[in-house]
Amino acid sequence: MRNYIVKRILFSIFILFFVTLIIYTLIRCLPTSYVETMAIQLSSKPGSKSYTEWLEQLNASYGLDRPILVGYVSWLKDFAQGNFGDSWRFTVPVIQEFKSVIGVSFVMGAISLILELVIAIPLGIVAATKQYSKSDYIISASALVGISLPTFFFATILKLVFSVKLGWFDTHGIVGRNYAQLDAMGQFLDKCSHLVLPIVTLTIVSVGSLMRYTRTNMLEVLNADYIRTARAKGLSEGKVIYRHAFRNTLIPLVTIVGGSLPGLFSGALITETLFSIPGIGFVSYQAMVAGDIPFTMFYLSFIAVLTLAGNLISDILYAVVDPRVRIA
Amino acid sequence: MAKKKAEGYLSGRESRRISRANRKVTNELEKKRKRKKVPESEYLTKMHDPDNAVEFDNLHTYFFTDAGTVKSVDGVSFEVPIGKTVGVVGESGCGKSVTSLSLMQLLQRPQGQVVEGEIRLNLGDKAVDVAKMPYEAVQHLRGNFVSMIFQEPMTSLNPVFRIGDQINEVIELHDGEGKSKEDVKKRTIELLEMVGIANSEGVYRMFPHELSGGMRQRVCIAMALACNPKVIIADEPTTALDVTIQAQVLDLLRSLKDKINSSIMFITHDLGVIAEMADYVVVMYAGRIVEKGTAEDIFYHPAHPYTIGLMASKPVVGRQVDKLYSIPGKVPNPVNMPDYCYFKDRCEMCVEKCGGEYPCEVSLSPTHKVSCYRYYDGQMPEDVNPAAAGEKAENGDPAEGQKPGDLSTAADKDQEGGDVS
Repeated sequence: MRNYIVKRILFSIFILFFVTLIIYTLIRCLPTSYVETMAIQLSSKPGSKSYTEWLEQLNASYGLDRPILVGYVSWLKDFAQGNFGDSWRFTVPVIQEFKSVIGVSFVMGAISLILELVIAIPLGIVAATKQYSKSDYIISASALVGISLPTFFFATILKLVFSVKLGWFDTHGIVGRNYAQLDAMGQFLDKCSHLVLPIVTLTIVSVGSLMRYTRTNMLEVLNADYIRTARAKGLSEGKVIYRHAFRNTLIPLVTIVGGSLPGLFSGALITETLFSIPGIGFVSYQAMVAGDIPFTMFYLSFIAVLTLAGNLISDILYAVVDPRVRIA
Repeated sequence: MAKKKAEGYLSGRESRRISRANRKVTNELEKKRKRKKVPESEYLTKMHDPDNAVEFDNLHTYFFTDAGTVKSVDGVSFEVPIGKTVGVVGESGCGKSVTSLSLMQLLQRPQGQVVEGEIRLNLGDKAVDVAKMPYEAVQHLRGNFVSMIFQEPMTSLNPVFRIGDQINEVIELHDGEGKSKEDVKKRTIELLEMVGIANSEGVYRMFPHELSGGMRQRVCIAMALACNPKVIIADEPTTALDVTIQAQVLDLLRSLKDKINSSIMFITHDLGVIAEMADYVVVMYAGRIVEKGTAEDIFYHPAHPYTIGLMASKPVVGRQVDKLYSIPGKVPNPVNMPDYCYFKDRCEMCVEKCGGEYPCEVSLSPTHKVSCYRYYDGQMPEDVNPAAAGEKAENGDPAEGQKPGDLSTAADKDQEGGDVS
């Protein structure tokens, strides 16, 4: 087991190397450049140097005059030492900016993941055990609606109904207009109320696929011979479903949940942008558009690390729930 | 020609109409079964013969599929006496397994439903009609009074639980009162030893995937026997096993039956196994019983042309044949059963009357019953079919009965016919 994990981690580092190389190359090739934008701004000031002069000077000071490979190696050196540099766009250390925005994204991701699991798994089981009944049709149809809804469309509908028509929530932002005047409890509640719509959007949009997945797996398991054996033993229907069948349905579900670990930290770009929530998704989008290489590199490598870790965790969990899988 | 086309093809409208009608029927039946707190008097009954463990009486089990209603079991009546083994034979899809699943109420729901008839089960001090019982009540019979050994040992055990836990579960459920965890474990180990598993302590902690097919089948048998059931249904328990293991499993079942004195309903299409195990034999064809009797009746005096065909199609030691006999044709379409004898189209011994409605049961002796027009008037149908008459005469001699002379000629005849077509 330990050997296996060590081996996997070494592999992951190897993969990470290539992932970051590709990301770095892509970013350097992007048509948007922070330096160019800055050069235009500076050269338009009265009495300043020409655009090309500024560009040359800035390129040299930001290290963009070097070839891609050389730039990558120097980035990698810093990265390996834990030195992630300063964000160009936000003009603060990358880590500081990251820390200030990850919290809200993590809270949103975690709450919507928990809601997703709590809603999708029981509904999936109900739909499977009552296959072709009215409740199955209702559940399956709404799951399909959830899957088919694009995030931006659904978020806009929610805003229209709950913010514009009913006026229950604000349309944008994380805090209300009179946030500063509220006491601690009020501030907390204010933030919570601003997170309701984004979380609802995230949950509804992603709950459908997990539910259909649970339903399909449960149906497959319920038709298995060992379920018939369990019934033949005289077990009650509840025990057959929640003990014998559910343990087997859990096996594929674990992969999905393990794989959604990076989703907790990656933020939700579209949802955060639509609701103007200063989360990691929104901020990294701004950084990317501005051509902020240090922040974007940090964010993307971070997601890559999480994805690799998520895969490793789901593989280990596989062995925990399925005795037939032995890790060696 | 046009009719043939229509038979295989179902228009969308028709299919929808069928599934709507099915849903109506099955919903009603399901509702009835799902009721809670049904008074016991509703399904209490009396055995016709108190020496029987199970009596199937005119059982009809239908599957309401989208292609139409499949009458898997259509009026089956037979009984399983206490302490005896009844073998149920027939080719694949003739309703053997469905009959036994009806007894356990383990049919695929909601499509599979017992629509008519009684299944009387002797519980010792009382008798119940399983066909009328709600799900809730049947639960307490399963594993306790009736248990089942399934035909697929490889997939019949839950892959995520340890062997010991799976057997413990049955014991705790039915016999667990006043037993500590240690007692239950002791009983499980004892059961594992009883079915001939040497390393019982080790197997107790193993997962199903760590055992071979034969071992798993033994575990299944141990599980089925855990609570000393009155009736054991063995649904082709040896089909998935090789011959040596098969012999061991059969020996095991026989010795265990004597030990706990239960009745076995043995389902198989292996005539050799039936000859070895069964006291009584029931031959099924297309959801109906065509012949039933003691093992001797069936093996030495087979009467129904289908039984005779079955006997002829098994290989005989010491006789060289190029090609084994097989009954010509195939089982009729289960959705549209003919209204005459189901075997008529494949039968080589048809008489004029065979075109009439399905023949009813004729007694050849107190134990031997057959559904065939050849035995309608009197006992000897010489005047109708010379081949059959010859066979009947040969049947007088038990020693020769297993391979009556005319049977082999019938077989040869058919082989020629088969080659031509």
